[in-house]
Amino acid sequence: MNRLDGRLGFLSALPLVLVLLLSFLAPMAVVALFSVMPQKVFSIANMPDFSAYSLFFSQGYYKSLLWSLGMALTATIILLLICWPLAYAMAKVFGRFGLVLTVAVVMSLFVSENIRLFGWVLTLMKGGLIEGHLRAWTGLSFESPLYDVPIIIFGLVYVYLPFMLFPLAQGIAMVPDDTRQAAYDLGASRSQVLWQIEVPLAAPGIVVGSLLTFVLAAGALAESKILGGQAVIAIADDIETAFTFGQNWPLGSALSMILIVIIGGLALFGVSKVDLDAIMGRKR
Amino acid sequence: MGSPGLLRLRGVVKRFGSFTAVRDIDLDIVEGEFFTIVGPSGSGKSTLIRLLVGMDEVTEGEIWLRDKRIDKTPANLRPTCMVFQSLALFPHMTVGQNIEFPLKLRKEPQDKRRARAEELLDLLRLPRSYYDKRISQCSGGERQRVALARALAFDPEILFFDEPLSALDYRLRKTLEKELKDLHARTGKTFVYITHSLEEAMVMSDRIAIMKEGRFEQIAVADEIYSAPVSRFVAEFMGEVNLFPLSAGADGRIASDALSVRPGMRLSQLTPGSGGLLMVRPEYVRLAGDADGFDFSLKGIVHGEYALGSRIQYEIETVNGMVTVEKLREDRLTATEGQTLVLGFNAENTHFIGEAA
Repeated sequence: MNRLDGRLGFLSALPLVLVLLLSFLAPMAVVALFSVMPQKVFSIANMPDFSAYSLFFSQGYYKSLLWSLGMALTATIILLLICWPLAYAMAKVFGRFGLVLTVAVVMSLFVSENIRLFGWVLTLMKGGLIEGHLRAWTGLSFESPLYDVPIIIFGLVYVYLPFMLFPLAQGIAMVPDDTRQAAYDLGASRSQVLWQIEVPLAAPGIVVGSLLTFVLAAGALAESKILGGQAVIAIADDIETAFTFGQNWPLGSALSMILIVIIGGLALFGVSKVDLDAIMGRKR
Repeated sequence: MGSPGLLRLRGVVKRFGSFTAVRDIDLDIVEGEFFTIVGPSGSGKSTLIRLLVGMDEVTEGEIWLRDKRIDKTPANLRPTCMVFQSLALFPHMTVGQNIEFPLKLRKEPQDKRRARAEELLDLLRLPRSYYDKRISQCSGGERQRVALARALAFDPEILFFDEPLSALDYRLRKTLEKELKDLHARTGKTFVYITHSLEEAMVMSDRIAIMKEGRFEQIAVADEIYSAPVSRFVAEFMGEVNLFPLSAGADGRIASDALSVRPGMRLSQLTPGSGGLLMVRPEYVRLAGDADGFDFSLKGIVHGEYALGSRIQYEIETVNGMVTVEKLREDRLTATEGQTLVLGFNAENTHFIGEAA
């Protein structure tokens, strides 16, 4: 009976498995194939050629990758710090107001990311909303913060905030109030409760939120293009250029593969460390 | 305050907005006793224990522990600790780490912590191999013991319990009740326990306080609460009971609508011209053919028979409503449903509750 159930389960899952294979694995296989193609050739049957990968080092594309990863890491850490208290309040303090906050945050996702970023440009640029008003009223002026690395990180933090906030709030909601009170009752200080009880018990939410924001931020290019004015080039920008202006598909594919392997490895590592079932509410 | 109490409450009040959960409570808990607070849900017992542990702040009044006033001291600085209803074990730590948690907070060296944890495992009859087990691998009873061990590792002046046995099945609860009493004797600690279960309170406690609507109705040893409740509420809360309204005329003669009273019968607590309730527990009601030899008696029709294991309970319909009678299994009635009987009991097995209560 069990074996029959198992087989039926497999059979009913089969269509979806095929769709997933086709839509996720197949494109990746194509990209992997392209990445070992010689340049300026359009046939599939070639000897594998790794010259595109050597460009990654010789032409300095690794710098773009390091910038992307570095900025994504910084943005993730900043997001963790600012979202923890907010998520805590959403999970434990706000009650019904938490819903209002959720709706407000989700609403911002309805507007295209590029439009929101251009909004920031108009706000922050020299002669823009802030500096322009200040100069008109007081005669004081300051340099625009635009077109530099900190503003790109600000953009990443701003755009990916929901992806940290909601998993984190979910993670914090999983910490039973009793365990916090019990630790306190047993003599723990507030910071000891935070580090020894709340952070470990909210770990699934922390890992999921960090992974989401890091993965998305590492592959982001609009922030560095629009807010950063290409002060630094993100790896995603390089990939896009290689495929479009560069017409160098092997290079674009090779850069994609490098990014996919790094981020995929990180994601698999992270997911293997946490109990995803717990955060989806399938346990307890 | 020259009171000998280890923990002393003076005029403790707790209000939530316009709702008063705890009303002006005075209480002295003696060092080393097993003190149980019993009450139905909503009686304020949970609120009271949260005040005692320091998880809520009193609105008015004072709490003293030995010669220190502690009502403004936060929970983590009080030398007391609580076993939660949910146990509140830390699921991300092993059994050993749970037990050592309070010791680790005090920065005790690791070998000392481990030694203490193993001592406590022994004390609570858990195998030492449990030290490295995960909480999720432990059964309900084992978790109970781990929670106790963790609380004892804290070495509190007073150990509070917030209905920790209520989620367990009957057999396990019975076993743990006895173990807890035994543990109290062996550790010599002061235990303050809250529960809604009369049986639990009776089995374990030195003294019991009955709580109702934020006040103590009665504080006494278990026997006294059972046999001499001060009010109808306590009498009915502490198990099955039969109550008969009584009054005394100006000459002291007892009058009752329901009971036939032996001529010349007097109750010392029943002053002339007053009234109240006569209480008799089901096990003291005798069933007979006639009223001879009883101080109080009435007629009734057998309505139903219920097996309670070692005892049998009968519901008997009388002019006073249903009267509950209990017999040991070996004294099982031969009477059948619908049969008319005389129920009788004697004054020494009754307790009189005055009108005001």
